[in-house]
Amino acid sequence: MLSSLYEWLPSGWAVLDSTAVKWLFLVLILVMPLASLLTWAERRQSAMMQDRLGPNRANIGPVKLKGVLHFVADAIKMIFKEDFIPANVHKGLFALAPVLALAPVLVAFAIIPFGPTIFPHSFGSSLDTIALAQNAQDPAFTDSIRMQIFQIDFGLIFYFAVLTLANYGGTIAGWASYNKWALLGGLRSSSQMMSYEVAMGMSLIGAFVMAGSLEPGAIVASGASATFSPDHMMAASNPANWLWLWQPVGLVLFVTAAIAETKRAPFDIPEGEPEIIGYFVEYSGIRWGMFFLAEFIEIVFISAVITTIFFGGYQFPFLDPDGFRFGGEMMTVGVSHVHVGGWFTALPHGVVVLLQFVAFGAKVVLLSWFQLLVRWTLPRFRADQLMHLGWKLLLPLALANIMVTALIKLLFM
Amino acid sequence: MSNVDHDDNHDDAAFAAGGGPRVLSVSVASPRVRTIQVVRPGPADASYLNATSKGLAVTLKHFARNFFLPLRSKESRAKAGAPVDEKWKNEIETVQYPEEKVTYPERFRGLHRLTLRDDGAVRCVACMCCPTVCPAHCITIVPEESDSKGVEKRPAIFEIDELRCIACGLCVEACPCDAIRMDTGEHAKPVEDRSDAIETLQTMMARGVKSIAKQGGAGPTWRETAPGKHPHDFNR
Ligand code: SF4
Ligand code: SF4
Repeated sequence: MLSSLYEWLPSGWAVLDSTAVKWLFLVLILVMPLASLLTWAERRQSAMMQDRLGPNRANIGPVKLKGVLHFVADAIKMIFKEDFIPANVHKGLFALAPVLALAPVLVAFAIIPFGPTIFPHSFGSSLDTIALAQNAQDPAFTDSIRMQIFQIDFGLIFYFAVLTLANYGGTIAGWASYNKWALLGGLRSSSQMMSYEVAMGMSLIGAFVMAGSLEPGAIVASGASATFSPDHMMAASNPANWLWLWQPVGLVLFVTAAIAETKRAPFDIPEGEPEIIGYFVEYSGIRWGMFFLAEFIEIVFISAVITTIFFGGYQFPFLDPDGFRFGGEMMTVGVSHVHVGGWFTALPHGVVVLLQFVAFGAKVVLLSWFQLLVRWTLPRFRADQLMHLGWKLLLPLALANIMVTALIKLLFM
Repeated sequence: MSNVDHDDNHDDAAFAAGGGPRVLSVSVASPRVRTIQVVRPGPADASYLNATSKGLAVTLKHFARNFFLPLRSKESRAKAGAPVDEKWKNEIETVQYPEEKVTYPERFRGLHRLTLRDDGAVRCVACMCCPTVCPAHCITIVPEESDSKGVEKRPAIFEIDELRCIACGLCVEACPCDAIRMDTGEHAKPVEDRSDAIETLQTMMARGVKSIAKQGGAGPTWRETAPGKHPHDFNR
């Protein structure tokens, strides 16, 4: 069946490897539904944490699915609501702001490796990792689909650059709304995001030092031991090789700063429901829905980034590209390292790919769940506590983390 | 020293008893001016990590319990706020309303009913006490002459706009002959048209019961025969 698909496709597998197709599949078909589901999950989960039941009624005829359909109902409601634009707002900027909030997150997903590189020719059989390392130019291997939309050496810098643009969404919304509360919310949002971007970037530098790369795909493919000597290297699929073990401080700092970047409780000062409602106070209908969706897509994105950098991305524990392997050692083939030997069960490439997709999805869902847990547990910080935490705690700790990591690496590795 | 100072002196007592911040020195001229030692949170508290993990543990416990254990029984949930006494059940309190209902207190004021006489006629004598007392002006009564002997008037139209009714119960209190009651335990039903929310003589009589109150009252000797007669009960 696969080969007939191959003949049918105009230019072989290359069409599946194109940016547009991958973006469509990965972002629109995987991420958007997950983000929409999170809007329901958040209400159900917060209810469970507060001894309530949560929304469980939305249904199509007898199909209830424990209320999953609430997000469909929400979407329909928001789309058909009146698109109200108050008098005196700056119409152009008012319309632009939700797009500015939503678009950068969708673009930033480009650097996330959603899964391993797929080699369609080896789908039915176990992948020959040594042959791949020896001769990557073999047509059997060049015909491949990389599950990362945009692979570039400065990968995570691109993420920081693009997410800074999301800052403008909130600020411009506040400015364009012709409402003092909205303006206050916009100001708070920009000050908060500026402050925490610094700590966020700094908290990841330790991870870059450990992994020796800024490219998320490379971090996942080699893990923390990338710069170890070949004798001490570990397989990328070994959980002990993932950066959570080597950068625990960086992990805690990054998670804190990243949650602050999503502007959700305990860092929801820009929104500040009981006091100012926030920068989107004048928005309604689907325009407001875009802010709302952007927030949830950001949760998914942050989870994906944490998964990629700290939890081995799509790596399934002890699952090498050719099958399950416990123990074993690293063999140097040309410029790359291949994990061989040990207790080994070969698996077809298709199954491996599937398991790794599932692993990535499970990690992202778990981390999103954790973010919702945090959001419904902690009360909001005061603005001064927020600044205190960002500048006087996270930043110095992140700098210390860089120093210590660099020293350890210099002295022991 | 002003009166305000004296009024606030309980603060001084609290400080003297060891509450509040530690006082390093007190001004002689004005005892309320004092140097205190400010207690700042230690590094463990200032990092928020302690409190955060404690809080997460609490919410996680609730989530896990409610997520993995089955629902409590209907009856147990209907007693909202009651402690969980069933083992291996979750702590969810939600009563799924239209299918499940909590039992209301006995004095819950529900939809109105008009009580009936022994022969099934309406007991109301259209005395106009309830529309007069009603603070929401939602009772409309048009009286007519009654053809039964010994009863002067009866309502030709008796309407209550349940959308305006604030369920204060004053109409029930005002009625001299136990003709109107709110003890049905029913809610005002959701309606699609405002006019559907108006209760009429017929709908309220359909909910009606026979009143056990004696027609015309118990007579001038009721004080002697009333139950609970007690020499010290001056409020009867
Ligand atoms: S309950 Fe109060 S508001 Fe309602 S009809 Fe009676 S007197 Fe009027
Ligand atoms: S107070 Fe009682 S008797 Fe008088 S009009 Fe109202 S219901 Fe009828």
